[in-house]
Amino acid sequence: MPRRDDIETILLIGSGPIVIGQACEFDYSGTQACRVLREEGYRVVLVNSNPATIMTDPEFADATYVEPLDVPTLTRIIEKERPDALLPTLGGQTGLNLAIALHEAGVLDTYSVEMIGANVEAIETAEDRQRFKVAMTEIGLHVPPSGIAYDVDEALRVGEEIGYPIIIRPAYILGGGGTGIAHSHEEMKHLAERGLAASPISEILIERSIAGWKEYELEVMRDHADNVVVICSIENLDPMGVHTGESITVAPAQTLTDVEYQLMRDAAFACIRRIGVETGGSNVQFAVHPQTGEMVVIEMNPRVSRSSALASKATGFPIAKIAAKLAVGYRLDEVQNDITRETPASFEPTIDYVVTKFPRWAFEKLPGSNPVLGTQMQSVGEVMAIGRTFCESLQKSVRSLETGRYGLNCDPTERELDVLSEDELVLAAAIPTPDRIFQVEAALRRFVSIERVHEVTGIDPWFLDQILQIVEERDRLAGLGIEQVTRSDWRRAKRLGFSDPQLAYMWGSTEAEVRSARTAAGVRVTYKTVDTCAAEFAAFTPYHYSTYEDEDEIAPLEKPAVVILGSGPNRIGQGVEFDYCCVHAAFALRDAGFETVMVNCNPETVSTDYDTSDRLFFEPLTNEDVLNVCERLQEAGEVRGIIVSLGGQTPLKLAHDLERSGVPVLGTSPASIDAAEDREQFNALCTRLGIPQPDGAMATTADEAVAVANRIGYPVLVRPSYVLGGRAMQIVYDDSDVRRAMAELAHTGSLGREGGLSAERPALIDRFLEDATEVDVDAIRDHGGACLIGGVMEHTEEAGVHSGDSSCAIPPPTLPAEVVRTIEEYTRALAAELEVVGLLNVQYAVRDRRVYVIEANPRASRTVPFVSKATGVPLAKIAARVMLGATLEQLATEGLLKPPAPGRHVAVKEAVLPFNRFPDVDTILGPEMRSTGEVMGIDRSFGMAFAKSQAGAGNKLPSEGTVFLSLADRDKDAGMFAARRFFDLGFSIAATAGTARFLEGKRVRVDTVVAKVGEEVGVDAVELISSGKVDLVINTPRGRGPRSDGMHIRRAAIVHGVACITTVAAAVAAAGGITEEAERDADVRSLQEYHADGQLRFDV
Amino acid sequence: MSTVHTEALLVLADGETFEGVAVGHQPSDGVATGEVVFNTSLAGYQEILTDPSYAGQIITFTYPHIGNYGVNERDDEARAPRCRGVIVRDLARRPSNWRATDDLAGFLARNEVAGIAGIDTRRLTRHIRSAGAIPGAFGVADRDTLLAAAQADGGTDGCDLASVVTTPEPYKVGPDDATLYVVAYDFGIKRSILDQLVVSGCQVEVVPAGTSGADVLARAPDGVFLSNGPGDPAAVVAARESVGALLGNVPVFGICLGHQIMGLALGAETFKLRFGHHGGNHPVRHLPTGRVEITSQNHNYAVDGSSLPDGSEVTHLNLNDGDIEGVRSEALRAFSVQYHPEAGPGPHDARYLFEEFVQLMKAS
Ligand SMILES: Nc1ncnc2c1ncn2[C@@H]1O[C@H](COP(=O)(O)OP(=O)(O)O)[C@@H](O)[C@H]1O
Ligand SMILES: Nc1ncnc2c1ncn2[C@@H]1O[C@H](COP(=O)(O)OP(=O)(O)O)[C@@H](O)[C@H]1O
Ligand SMILES: [Mg+2]
Ligand SMILES: [Mg+2]
Repeated sequence: MPRRDDIETILLIGSGPIVIGQACEFDYSGTQACRVLREEGYRVVLVNSNPATIMTDPEFADATYVEPLDVPTLTRIIEKERPDALLPTLGGQTGLNLAIALHEAGVLDTYSVEMIGANVEAIETAEDRQRFKVAMTEIGLHVPPSGIAYDVDEALRVGEEIGYPIIIRPAYILGGGGTGIAHSHEEMKHLAERGLAASPISEILIERSIAGWKEYELEVMRDHADNVVVICSIENLDPMGVHTGESITVAPAQTLTDVEYQLMRDAAFACIRRIGVETGGSNVQFAVHPQTGEMVVIEMNPRVSRSSALASKATGFPIAKIAAKLAVGYRLDEVQNDITRETPASFEPTIDYVVTKFPRWAFEKLPGSNPVLGTQMQSVGEVMAIGRTFCESLQKSVRSLETGRYGLNCDPTERELDVLSEDELVLAAAIPTPDRIFQVEAALRRFVSIERVHEVTGIDPWFLDQILQIVEERDRLAGLGIEQVTRSDWRRAKRLGFSDPQLAYMWGSTEAEVRSARTAAGVRVTYKTVDTCAAEFAAFTPYHYSTYEDEDEIAPLEKPAVVILGSGPNRIGQGVEFDYCCVHAAFALRDAGFETVMVNCNPETVSTDYDTSDRLFFEPLTNEDVLNVCERLQEAGEVRGIIVSLGGQTPLKLAHDLERSGVPVLGTSPASIDAAEDREQFNALCTRLGIPQPDGAMATTADEAVAVANRIGYPVLVRPSYVLGGRAMQIVYDDSDVRRAMAELAHTGSLGREGGLSAERPALIDRFLEDATEVDVDAIRDHGGACLIGGVMEHTEEAGVHSGDSSCAIPPPTLPAEVVRTIEEYTRALAAELEVVGLLNVQYAVRDRRVYVIEANPRASRTVPFVSKATGVPLAKIAARVMLGATLEQLATEGLLKPPAPGRHVAVKEAVLPFNRFPDVDTILGPEMRSTGEVMGIDRSFGMAFAKSQAGAGNKLPSEGTVFLSLADRDKDAGMFAARRFFDLGFSIAATAGTARFLEGKRVRVDTVVAKVGEEVGVDAVELISSGKVDLVINTPRGRGPRSDGMHIRRAAIVHGVACITTVAAAVAAAGGITEEAERDADVRSLQEYHADGQLRFDV
Repeated sequence: MSTVHTEALLVLADGETFEGVAVGHQPSDGVATGEVVFNTSLAGYQEILTDPSYAGQIITFTYPHIGNYGVNERDDEARAPRCRGVIVRDLARRPSNWRATDDLAGFLARNEVAGIAGIDTRRLTRHIRSAGAIPGAFGVADRDTLLAAAQADGGTDGCDLASVVTTPEPYKVGPDDATLYVVAYDFGIKRSILDQLVVSGCQVEVVPAGTSGADVLARAPDGVFLSNGPGDPAAVVAARESVGALLGNVPVFGICLGHQIMGLALGAETFKLRFGHHGGNHPVRHLPTGRVEITSQNHNYAVDGSSLPDGSEVTHLNLNDGDIEGVRSEALRAFSVQYHPEAGPGPHDARYLFEEFVQLMKAS
């Protein structure tokens, strides 16, 4: 049966903000689905609260709602749009759970919305761990012995029965939320509590732990005619006990005989049929006993997943795209494989390379977190690398991570391990951490046996022997030295994935010398093609990866090419918003007649979808790998230039070397980039322009730093240069703090790794502006000097809270018009002086109507997609065109830049923080960015937009009940206004003693005075919150030092899911929001509607 | 356990040359020749290497890592490999699997199968895709020697290799009290096929390729099975005649070469494909139901559909290139498939065909 004609409008639910366990892979799947369904002529209604995504771009759906993802809002949208069908399987766990919720609320029936793809029955059987196990047992598949519990006592009982160690697995979770392995009664108690809290239906499965077994995944697709195929098999290098999202994983499976593999395939088919996923993709996870081969089923995800995104990139088979087609009636054999064009999608891809996925963690940004990997996801992103062999792909994946590593050791960082003895290495490797694979290599290099390493890590000996081959080759090459190596030596080294920097390190040479010696020996990179069929058929999609073989498959360029560098793995401070910019550039430049070339290594993204650009190179973003691509393309035709300013800091770092190697860098020149990044140059520039800056200077030693601090006066802000997301930035209040901060910068952490402090990488010491309002501006300047102010964003939180972590609004709700004018003037002046061609982001701090510039970044910023969605101006597209010589005027005539019109709406961006995953990390906001994602609230007034943004971020503001305030002294005056408004709204007020005294003094009645935490008399704050009697917590940190009391309060709020606000500004905004919510219902309007009656923006 | 690298070359009859290192068995003259074909299966190299259908051929594995899980006693498809050599990108040094009893290098040496590793197998595959299956030679000998050897090798056209690999003497497998008794022509039969027939409740008597139809009928079987095998079907003249004598008198089921021979016996013609089908991921449509099966395939020749006589219908089609994958004749109570429903290696999607054979025999 082909396309269904009985449905017209299809509703898609996105996965909301980027959170740990749910990253931009769902932007990729959702975007694909939107495209396909519209190509098929359906009307697509999309709801997603995340403005940074590509799918929420107005051009991808007929009606795009950037609204909170909750049942009431979705109900209103369904009421308004009347979709015929809901496709629940492409929006991650969020989309799936919401679909179920809508069904249970009877909404789908009321408006007769059909669920396509997977039905409720199927979803529940798969997601309810107990029902799933029963179902699997029914069809004769094995599962670990287990029981189910709804409270802690029950849990303990079951635990006893099964016997420790046991694992706790909550129902309806993602990223292993709330899972954990308990070895004792005590651990069990704690983990059971956490697990019950994590499960939306507070149900946990208690299961015999089979940690140490081999873990596998199969990506399976089924159509309504019951044709089923496996798209990809994945083997986890880290065995059971480390979440697949935390494991280094490899495709295809490496150590299964065909006999075993086919049994697993049969099992996966039986599973998807029994669960009853009618059409689409599912992910089935298995564990295999390494000695007996016994196979058990771990779980099945009846939807596209992180792994299916990986599988799509790993094989070239677009699972989400096909899933969407199957959902609307097509059979697999009715869908074409658009890579081969001549064969149908009803086949099983086969590959002739090895794919390695490596997770990216952010422990260094979360002090207090414990970098041990387990059954819960903690990673914030991942990279994928393709090589002809496992060794090659593994080493490529490591250098894709951008953690300062050149490959699997053989670089300066490996010295950290040299100090350890063999036994210490083995002990360290026994605990799964981000460093384990490096410890394994070091151990093998120190002649620890494969058996011993296998014993403590559970890593399969085959993988270990592969790593040993890297080790042995390294020893051989080290013995030779750069002069002696022959062509076949070079070839073997590169085929094992050694990077030029690794070889340079080994031989005490330089990357440049190694590169020229190697090319002189005739060993140059070759590019192969990802084609789903191991070359059995001709491939039409230029999706390439580098390797060192005989034959290269790059076709000549047909048009002048533009190379766009992506942003690498998702991490805190650099995520999907930069992918948005790169993708938009690709679209705009393709339309403008260029051949677009994308280079990136992040498998979750839209940018690495093979049809986003004309050519895709799945490569690490290092100088060597990018230079290889550019040189090869220059041989293939005209390369107009390379775009480094849309992928965040990652490509920007490469600008210099690329330019030096003769690759034309498009847009703002690397020299100007330096002028902005380099403190002295930038200071001079601002002075020239008469733009005020916070007083400050650079320092490379603690003494210098202290001197500076004393000159400019405390508090000061200490931070490294050349970093993103306020990495390692601290507000310090006295000399000793300064010294500590400098010491940290110099030595510890990954910053030390990246070179520590030096004349080239000094620390910046700035006067910290207290109680200043922060403002962000995104602007575009063309080579003719015309300048477009994309948007002026006023932050809710005061300066000192990282721009990425604070909420902000367009247009500025409180800034006086003349301040805004000043800000625009300054921005234009800076753009001109820096000779910006393309995007410029400037951050200001405003205090007493005086505007200080904090920093200027001549590149795409985190806020570009937000501004574009708020205003309807496609900034990234315009910037890309400008970088290739178009003027704003031309683009206006062309229609890409629409004429300004006053908008009647306000858009608020709110950050989403990962604290629920890291219970021991203080939630207080500061200059170091820690949010993983963002949401947008949009409505006709600031208050309502703010309220929506809070709801979207999972902080739904209460409409009644008790507000608990605990304010720092300096916040008390402002806080009083907030308190009074809550009081007027009929909330009862609870407060800590000091705050209470102050409020009463100002005649705000306080109903409950709360004792200090741990104080004997009366209920203390934590008890009060735990008792569920508080509906909103407003707690601002008291000055500096150990903020223990506040910390307990905020943690309690998080644990018990009570909305918690940590700045007075936000509290006031919240009060405003609640006031308005009391007065009227929030609008549900699509971006298309908002943009139609006016882009909210400022004139050219 | 650092590996020593003896450099070797692979040279195709058209002069195309590849660098690699010698692995497995080392022929005394440093030369191994045969028709070079590629197989795209990700796993199952042991079954592939021991599949008699590869007699006369050198197998290129498109998946780069071969030998990862070693070899074991249970996965052989025949007593010994019949292929002429193996070409890989990377031969695993240390296998790892609970079923393994030896590594692949040892297996190749023991069974005197020469191999070459380190080859850009993707380049080779792409070349075969355009040039077609082509004779080649590899080893430590010099390029001229290898080129000459490659050009001297005639390939498989016109060769009756079935009578080379067939069993010298008849033998039985399966219990004597089995409900059904099947005579199986051995043109190079795979163990998995016998296993499938036995689990379907048959006792099987395997007979040499040369056995006459009369001789088979004299054994009064419930059904006759025509096995897979190597080489050019058109060259297996005797078998075509025997099968001609059997059709209509007893239920017949053929696989791969058996399917081609049945086609010929029905009066159809066969032709050689450019580079054949060798892999485990070919989509085949079962026309009566429309269902798609993912199939295991290994053939260089195919039955020409246009030449099929009336009364015999096409039951299966290959969705990649439209080749005929299955034929049935109701009247003659005979059917056959071009692909490998027994798998070994490959997916189990088509095992129902053995059940159909059983039903056909029971119905008679
Ligand atoms: N019985 C078990 N014993 C040991 N580890 C387990 C067990 N079950 C699951 N795990 C580990 O926990 C991880 C997460 O479990 P899973 O059910 O996949 O959660 P999620 O739904 O978050 O993917 C798995 O990847 C696996 O490594
Ligand atoms: N002089 C200052 N006074 C007050 N706050 C500041 C000052 N400088 C920086 N900040 C705060 O630190 C945050 C991060 O600083 P920024 O220069 O933007 O680092 P990054 O480049 O990592 O984003 C800013 O968003 C702002 O809130
Ligand atoms: Mg799951
Ligand atoms: Mg899982």
